[in-house]
Parts: sequence; structure tokens; C-alpha cells
Amino acid sequence: MTYSESHGSPKPPSMRTPLGRVRNLGAAHSGTTDFWRQRITGVAMTLLIVPVLVVILTLVGRNHAGAAQILGSLPIAIILLLFIIASIWHMKIGMQVVIEDYVHSEKLKLASIMANNFFCVAVALASIYALLKLSSGV
Amino acid sequence: MALSIVHRATGIALYVGTLLLAWWLIAAASGPSAYASVQAFTGSFFGKLIVFGYTWALMHHMLSGIRHFVWDLGYGFKANEREALTWAALIGGIVLTVLIWIIAYAIGGGR
Repeated sequence: MTYSESHGSPKPPSMRTPLGRVRNLGAAHSGTTDFWRQRITGVAMTLLIVPVLVVILTLVGRNHAGAAQILGSLPIAIILLLFIIASIWHMKIGMQVVIEDYVHSEKLKLASIMANNFFCVAVALASIYALLKLSSGV
Repeated sequence: MALSIVHRATGIALYVGTLLLAWWLIAAASGPSAYASVQAFTGSFFGKLIVFGYTWALMHHMLSGIRHFVWDLGYGFKANEREALTWAALIGGIVLTVLIWIIAYAIGGGR
């Protein structure tokens, strides 16, 4: 309970201690969410790396028709979709950590984090859309 | 060993390299001529260099990341264990990259 909250407020003062309010949240107000997602997506990619490499190596040297046929098959599309979602989520969090470590101007930092989000969403959406299009065979 | 900065650098390289993956998928979805231009790039010396670098960055970042998982779980903090994990990531990354490229060449004569 802070001074400002205990004086001049019509509400009864909060019973929560300052520690209780910030515990598990921290400066980002989202706590360890990003830390945990970074680990989840990292483990996901580690599990997916062998099938993904097999898919990519299968495509080596094939022409468009062959590649499009393989990429359009359901299990392969699902493997690649999972990998793309995990990797882009992972890299979005990773780049945000890098920005927060090195960019100290508040405005530039916010702009960089925003650009990071735009880039990651655009790359993810483009890749996912391409895979769905290949799956639909249009 | 100061390999944590290499983990970060490979991470940034992979971030940019995702554009290549996206370009490849978009080209495959677009048609034969777009796909041919991707293949022309990945078949060129410069393109091969980029894809080879991308392969190494991915393999190193993965193994180096596993090293971080081990630390997250509370193991491997002794000096000799730290050194061993770091060397394993460094050597393992190079070995896996070369192995993948040997397989790639065996299958399709390189990209």
C-alpha cells in the first residue's frame, strides 16, 4: 500500500502488499510469459528439426511441379506450418530482447519493437498463406 | 569462452534469413518462373554461401540453445561442464552443417 492510495481515495486501501502486486509480473507487466514462450518454441523447433530437414532435403534439386506437389501434401504442410509458427514466435521474442538490451532511447526502442512485430507478422502470414495456397492446389 | 554473443549473432542472422524461407515458399506458391528464380539464386555461388551460412547458424543456434536449456534446468555450471557444453555446441554445429550438405549433394547435386 502506497501513500497516495491510502489518502484521498474513496475506495478502501488495498490489502495487497507492494511485493504481492508485482510478484510474477515484473517491469514488463507480463511476467515470465515471453521467457517461457521462448523456451516452448525452442523445444518445439528442436523436436521438429529432423522432419523439417528431411522435407527440405527431399526438395533439393526438384523443379517447381515436384516441389509444389510435395509442399502441398498434408503432413508436410503441417510440419512446416508448426515450424514456421514456432520459429517466428521465437525470433520475435528474441529480437525484442536484443532491442531492449541495446536500444536505450525510449522512442527508438518503441519504434524498433513495433517494426519487429510488423516484420514477424508479415513474414509469418506470407509463409503461412503460401503453404495454405500450396495445400489447396490452386 | 564467450560464445553467448555468437548465440545472439546467429539468432539475428536467422531472423534475417527467414526472408529466404518466406521467399522460397511464396515462390513455390506463385509458379514455375518465380520458383526458378529462387533456384537460380540458391544455385549460385553467393546463394549457396548464404544457404550454407544459414544452415550453420541454425544448427549452431539450436545446439547452443540446448546448452541454455541445460543451464535453465540447473545443470552444467561447473567450469569444465561449461567448457564441454560450449565446445560441443561449436563442434556439433559445424559437424551437423557439413553432414546436411553432404546429404544435400548426394541427393540433388547441391542447391
